[in-house]
Amino acid sequence: MSVNADKMVRVFERPRSLTDAQFSYCPGCHHGLVTRIVAQTIDELGIQDRTVIVAPVGCAVTMYEWFRCDGIQAAHGRACAVATGIKRVNPNLIVFTYQGDGDLAAIGTAESIHAANRGENITVVFINNQIYGMTGGQMAPTTLVGQRTTSCPDGRNAQLAGYPIRFAEMIAQLDAPVYVTRQALYDQKRIMAASRAIKKAFQCQVEGKGYSLVEVLTNCPTNWRMSPAQSNSHLMDEVVRAFPLGDLVDRD
Amino acid sequence: MPKGTVAIDQERCKGCGLCIAFCPEDVLAYSAEYNRSGYNVVYMKEPERCIGCAFCAQTCPDIAIEVYRERKPRQR
Amino acid sequence: MAEAAICAGCRAYFGYPITPQNEILEYMAARMPAVGGAFVQAESEVAAINMCYGASAAGVRTMTSSSSPGISLKMEGISYLAAADLPCVIINVARGGPGLGNIAPAQGDYFQATKGGGHGDYRMIVLGPATIAEAIEIVMLAFDLADKYRVPVMVLSDGMLGQMMEPIKLAEPVDPGLLPAKPWALTGASGRRPNAVTSYAMDPRDLNRINTKRQTRYRQIEEKEVRYRETETSDATIVVVAYGTVARIARTTVKMARSQGIKLGLVQPITLWPFPYAPLRALSNQVNTIITVEMSAGQMVEDVRLAVCDRAETPFYGELGGLVPTPKDILREVQRNVS
Repeated sequence: MSVNADKMVRVFERPRSLTDAQFSYCPGCHHGLVTRIVAQTIDELGIQDRTVIVAPVGCAVTMYEWFRCDGIQAAHGRACAVATGIKRVNPNLIVFTYQGDGDLAAIGTAESIHAANRGENITVVFINNQIYGMTGGQMAPTTLVGQRTTSCPDGRNAQLAGYPIRFAEMIAQLDAPVYVTRQALYDQKRIMAASRAIKKAFQCQVEGKGYSLVEVLTNCPTNWRMSPAQSNSHLMDEVVRAFPLGDLVDRD
Repeated sequence: MPKGTVAIDQERCKGCGLCIAFCPEDVLAYSAEYNRSGYNVVYMKEPERCIGCAFCAQTCPDIAIEVYRERKPRQR
Repeated sequence: MAEAAICAGCRAYFGYPITPQNEILEYMAARMPAVGGAFVQAESEVAAINMCYGASAAGVRTMTSSSSPGISLKMEGISYLAAADLPCVIINVARGGPGLGNIAPAQGDYFQATKGGGHGDYRMIVLGPATIAEAIEIVMLAFDLADKYRVPVMVLSDGMLGQMMEPIKLAEPVDPGLLPAKPWALTGASGRRPNAVTSYAMDPRDLNRINTKRQTRYRQIEEKEVRYRETETSDATIVVVAYGTVARIARTTVKMARSQGIKLGLVQPITLWPFPYAPLRALSNQVNTIITVEMSAGQMVEDVRLAVCDRAETPFYGELGGLVPTPKDILREVQRNVS
């Protein structure tokens, strides 16, 4: 479909820091939005040639392949430790981790908390879709009470498996973190707010201010057994009640 | 002449429908076409109502949509 | 050993407290920042080894140290280092085990170190120092071998050496800036294609190709990097095989035996992987008995038996629980096998 160039100006295009690769995510998955927003941020801050991506184990395990940046794949849960190692030996690099709720708030809890507590000058992008996506929809620390998953088929029972863990709030209790926020992507306003928040987090790092965490409430149409549009409503009506949105720490 | 238009990359589109839900002017809809991966791709059903707001592109998880807006006479 | 690492150009250390290797952590806490290197006391040995994974991927000579239980926690990380072809030096000041055990010297981690304590087909060069002087050389060597072959290298010491003070001569410090370049390192894709450090290969054909290539490197290591020391074996009629602290003790036993007219020889493997099979195979045609002595229930003895097969007797004498054999203890075993 040719566009009449002299009559029309392009107002939205693919970020330059992304290759032409197609994302491996399921149809309608918010992972793709966060990946694009991060790429736009890298473009806007002009840091493509010194960014290092620390990928998790999970749906985003090969996400660094889609960026024109150096990347490393960390063992499950250890991304914040790997990022610490990289940043400490080369502070000029912009280092960010991209982790799911299982990676960051279950197996990687210690690494995630202590990197924040040390105030590592890194950015943590935390994708909270309330289940383990890659492995087929098991219960995660962030699964809502009553939410059915493949490993809590009758719905999460708080007496047996506790309550959804609010990781951003936990990190917000620490003294070192500079910017901690929770965002979402279920409507146009949220997408714009999330973009601003992710850019602000990366700016904290670029300006050497210290640790930043952006928790993003995201969907999982496949494992939630919902259409992408329904998953947005679920986020707006249900999930946000357990995970309030907004900035929790802003010492920027 | 419509204020805006979009270009949807047929092969990137996974037919998730988010752009259809987000479009404030109900411009987009599922087409009768399927791409190589078997996804039912989206098209501009009502192209003349497009205002170039880019809501569709902003919510597309696969960056399959490019958005164009009418060049204002003042814009050099 | 920590100063040797710094001399070798190590500029990143990540550790965690565990006796009997705290002195390395404490030394690095002061010294590493002083030389402009990175130092972090991590929240766990698991975190520490993964920090090494990051720092090494960024192209810097990196080290961690721990003791037996901590080394167990690092096994997944070591498998990742091997799988991503990342150089790293890991010091294990082994202690009594299994479980919490005690802090006495022991050699019960041989299998874990040489037969792959982590998952998947990988090997790690393992070096066993018997004296502080040897340890200094070995740490310097470890960094060179790690970079040369892009493999993790373990210095397998024990609590005895860990608590010892001996005069040593330090080598000339290496300037990290002059070390060979690492084009694969993560330094920011500026003016080059992005680098990726990963061990993930979903397509079995890719993983097969990657692993096969790594195995050929292991064969080269087995061909070129075997190191061992022989003491009075040329006319020996009976031989003892021991590494690390036990080898040091056995040197005294050789003198004692020789004064009693027993022609005892000693073979001290320095590389525990690649293991010195050849010299032992040769000696098995010269002597009737090759005794393996370890501070364990018998682990290296299996490699000795692989080398010797049935060409000679391969009895084993071991002390458990952190007990250290004396030269007399070893001499008694020799005498028992001579008569």
